[in-house]
Amino acid sequence: MDKLLFGDNQFFGINHMSEEKARAQAMRFQKTDAIMDVLDIAYDTGVRTFMCTTHDRISEIADRVRANPNRYADFTFYPCMPYAHKYANAVTEHGMIGALRQFMPEDGLFSTALAGGKALATKDVDGMAKLLIDMEMKMFAGLKTPVIFVQNVFTDLLLGMGFTRALRIFHDHIREKHGAEPAYITMNMPMLLEALESEGIKRPIICSNINKIGFRMSGGYDAYLDALKSGRVRAIAMSVYASGAIPAEEAIEWIAGLPGVEALVFGASSAGNIRHTKQLVDHYMGEAA
Amino acid sequence: MDKKLKIAVVGLGKMGLSHYALVNAHPDTETIACDASSFMVDVLSKNTSAKIYTDYDTLLSNETLDAVVIATPSRAHGPMVRAALEKGLHVFCEKPFCLDWEEGQELAELAQSKGLINQVGYHYRYVGAFQELHRILSSGALGTVTHVLAEAYGPVVLRPKRQTWRTRKSEGGGCLFDYAAHPINLLNWCFGLPDLVSGSAMNSVFSTDVDDEVFSTLRWNDGPTAQLSVNWCDESHRKMSTKISVIGTNGRVNADRQECQLYLRQQVDALPEYEAGWTVRYTTELTDEVWFYLRGEEYSAQLDAFISAIRDGAPEATENDFHSATETDRTMAMIIRNNETGVSVGEPPKPRTSEPAKRSWFRRAGA
Repeated sequence: MDKLLFGDNQFFGINHMSEEKARAQAMRFQKTDAIMDVLDIAYDTGVRTFMCTTHDRISEIADRVRANPNRYADFTFYPCMPYAHKYANAVTEHGMIGALRQFMPEDGLFSTALAGGKALATKDVDGMAKLLIDMEMKMFAGLKTPVIFVQNVFTDLLLGMGFTRALRIFHDHIREKHGAEPAYITMNMPMLLEALESEGIKRPIICSNINKIGFRMSGGYDAYLDALKSGRVRAIAMSVYASGAIPAEEAIEWIAGLPGVEALVFGASSAGNIRHTKQLVDHYMGEAA
Repeated sequence: MDKKLKIAVVGLGKMGLSHYALVNAHPDTETIACDASSFMVDVLSKNTSAKIYTDYDTLLSNETLDAVVIATPSRAHGPMVRAALEKGLHVFCEKPFCLDWEEGQELAELAQSKGLINQVGYHYRYVGAFQELHRILSSGALGTVTHVLAEAYGPVVLRPKRQTWRTRKSEGGGCLFDYAAHPINLLNWCFGLPDLVSGSAMNSVFSTDVDDEVFSTLRWNDGPTAQLSVNWCDESHRKMSTKISVIGTNGRVNADRQECQLYLRQQVDALPEYEAGWTVRYTTELTDEVWFYLRGEEYSAQLDAFISAIRDGAPEATENDFHSATETDRTMAMIIRNNETGVSVGEPPKPRTSEPAKRSWFRRAGA
């Protein structure tokens, strides 16, 4: 795993600080060319892993990378699924079962069962989950996707409900069918780690907020540090700047001193920020492979 | 604490599932689920250790509960809340509270007479930036507030042909109840029940049975005039976006989920941390950490407030009790009547007093 991963929030109008900035970013990155320009800068700076949601527009990025195998020989995707708003909006629009039907192949077995309002057996839930994963992965066919994440709203919903068996289904299917490493994004890392361990998943890759001021580290700062020190988790840090509250150098120097953090993910739109972050990570965390 | 609170989450739709996850993850609770849909019940019962009922009455008669969280379609709220209160249970109910505000009032009185914690899920009152807006207005720092714009936009209905309860008028669907309820509730929080509602329009854009956009003008005697603009057919917003903008004689404040921007013409003693000119404070810096995070701190914080009030034997909910939610139901009823009749609803405005009324217009706590 590279030490520095490039995130995608900035491309899709997701900004935790300001709706005005979010809209300005959505306008700027309206065309795929604009996204590709920034990805090219990151790639040429040596930031070669793109951690991205399975947003419809990511398929356009995947097409570009697929079409230029020489240019993007080392370009790596870390898909994060599902894109939650796609499902949430569908549930509002079509109801729970209607939404599931939307995302199933039209003439498939599950679609037929759901249309009949039939209760589903345990095995069916497994099959349906696998089918949804495969549908989300379609856009990455033929590309490098060595690590595949469950997106945080989904991870945390399942975690809260106690439906962690679904995370085990994900784990097994990602390994068996996609030959990749399963990983999880969460806002509740210590609780998730315990739940995954009780599902028999050892040393999971977990991406969560990890920052010097404990911003959005639910479960508590100390519990995060204990988990990291225990060696039971392969952590990826996000929100390392705590939405701008911590200066970049101070934030990265602190992260570099933590045990158990294998990488950090960041989002940026300017060449200057990308190069600066890369330099800091190289300096404090050793050359990013 | 010695004993965990036994709480049933009733209705496992979009909000219900989220509430179920949050209550279930709370350290002080034992959680039971209840849903009439065989699909959800089947999936949960086969994959989790959750105890699940398919019938509400059976749940109430078989279990010794402390509280219920009601997240069923809005039309069902009234009778379910009443049944729980009569059983002596504390109640958290999703918004809107009751489609008939007089029923809501009765339930508020019933809950109060029984000394039960009662709360409605207007989660924006738990968003740091809106809490800051409320604090700024309460301080009187803006001088006389005259001008308010309350907006909400989002991508719920983007084409014709939909078939869920949210699109059925009789079930409490529509943009007014689903979306506009939030900015209206924030206006009620800051200014109380409006005295006059006029200029209301509830139009459908794609839906056949319900409104997709809402406009209205709300006026408070000795208070501001507010314009409401809400539309849930707006794909340019990634998700629901709510914004309140307020202009007073000493400045302006804009608040949304992310930030609270204050412009002060002159610094005031009541808010020493704000200088003249623009100051921006972000929800991220205004928000406390929560025990479990799902979609935003506000959802956790409102349920934690409810659970803590029960656990600590508090006399009442800290925010969003049935009385306050009924104010919002009543405001929506005024908008509906105004839209249907074309006649303004409420008292005609009195001439504005010229004396700068710092707090006189402002809703006092518990009023």
